[in-house]
Amino acid sequence: MRVTVLVRPKQGILDPQGEAVQGLLRKLGFSVGGARVGRLVDLEVDAPTAQEARSQAERMCQELLANPLIESFEIEVEGE
Amino acid sequence: MSVRPRIAVLVFPGSNDDRDAAWALGALGADAHLVWHAEQALPRGTSAVVLPGGFSYGDYLRCGAIARFAPVLDAVREFAAAGGAVLGICNGFQILCEAGLLPGVLRRNRDLEFVCRDVRIEVVRTDTVFTARCEEGQQLTIPVKHGEGAWYADDELYSELDAAGQLVLRYAEDCNGSVGDVAGVCNEARNVLGLMPHPEHAVDPLLGSGDGALLLAGLVDAARERTLAAV
Repeated sequence: MRVTVLVRPKQGILDPQGEAVQGLLRKLGFSVGGARVGRLVDLEVDAPTAQEARSQAERMCQELLANPLIESFEIEVEGE
Repeated sequence: MSVRPRIAVLVFPGSNDDRDAAWALGALGADAHLVWHAEQALPRGTSAVVLPGGFSYGDYLRCGAIARFAPVLDAVREFAAAGGAVLGICNGFQILCEAGLLPGVLRRNRDLEFVCRDVRIEVVRTDTVFTARCEEGQQLTIPVKHGEGAWYADDELYSELDAAGQLVLRYAEDCNGSVGDVAGVCNEARNVLGLMPHPEHAVDPLLGSGDGALLLAGLVDAARERTLAAV
C-alpha cells in the first residue's frame, strides 16, 4: 500500500532553510509571504488494510521518521 | 604505576574523528579502543565511552537518527545506566540526543553555514566528571566544525535543564544559533555529556590550544577511578 509521510518543522520553530528559500524567491520576483522546508517520504507498506498501513506509518514516524521535539508529521494513505 | 583505563571510542560508518579522539585519550594516559558499531558489547573492562565526530550513516534523515539504532548503542545505554561516563562529541552529541540519552536536539545552524573555527566556550558547571578539572566561569578555546550544531529545546525544557544545572557549557561568542548559546549538555545523572566543540582537536598548544585536554583528562580521571573501583 502506498503511503506518503510529510514531515514539517513544527510551528513556531525557526526554519532557516525556509527563510533562505523565501528570501531567494522574493529576490526572483515572487511574492511569497512565508516558506517552510520539510521532508517527504514515500513508502510501500505491506498491510492488508489502509487503516493498518496508517497505524504502521504512525509508529514509523514516532520511532524514526520524525523528531517530535522539532517536527510534526502528516500521513496520507492511498485510497483512504 | 598509574592505571591506563580502557576507553571505548565508537566507530560508525562515516565517523571521522575516532582516531583523533583515540590518539588524544592515549596521550592523556588512557588505553583507547576503537569499537565498531556492529558490536553487541563493549570491550571487557571498558571504563568510559566516547562517541566521536563525523557523519554517521551519512547523516541521512537527521544527524544521529540512524546511528541511534546501532547494536553497540544498547551496550552504551546499559553502561550509562550503570553510571559509566559517556562523552559525545559533535556527531556523537547528535546521536546521544536522538537516542534520548541527552535532552534536546541539534538543528541546522541558524545562518545555514558550516562553522569551522576556534570558539571560546565558558564552563558553566564544574560538577560533572568532564569539567571537574575546570574552574567555574573559565573560558576554553576549542574548535568547532559543524553544519548542524544549533542545540534546541523549547522554553519549558530549557528552563528545566537550566534549573537542574544540566547546561554545562556555553559559547562565549556567537557561534551557531544554539538556544541560550548552549555548547554542551549533560543528563540528569551528570555522567553523560554531549558537546559540539572538539576537545580532541585541542590537546596540544602547538596546534592552537590545549584547552580540550582539560575536558578529556576529566573523562580519563573518571575512567581510572572506575577501573580502580572494579579491581
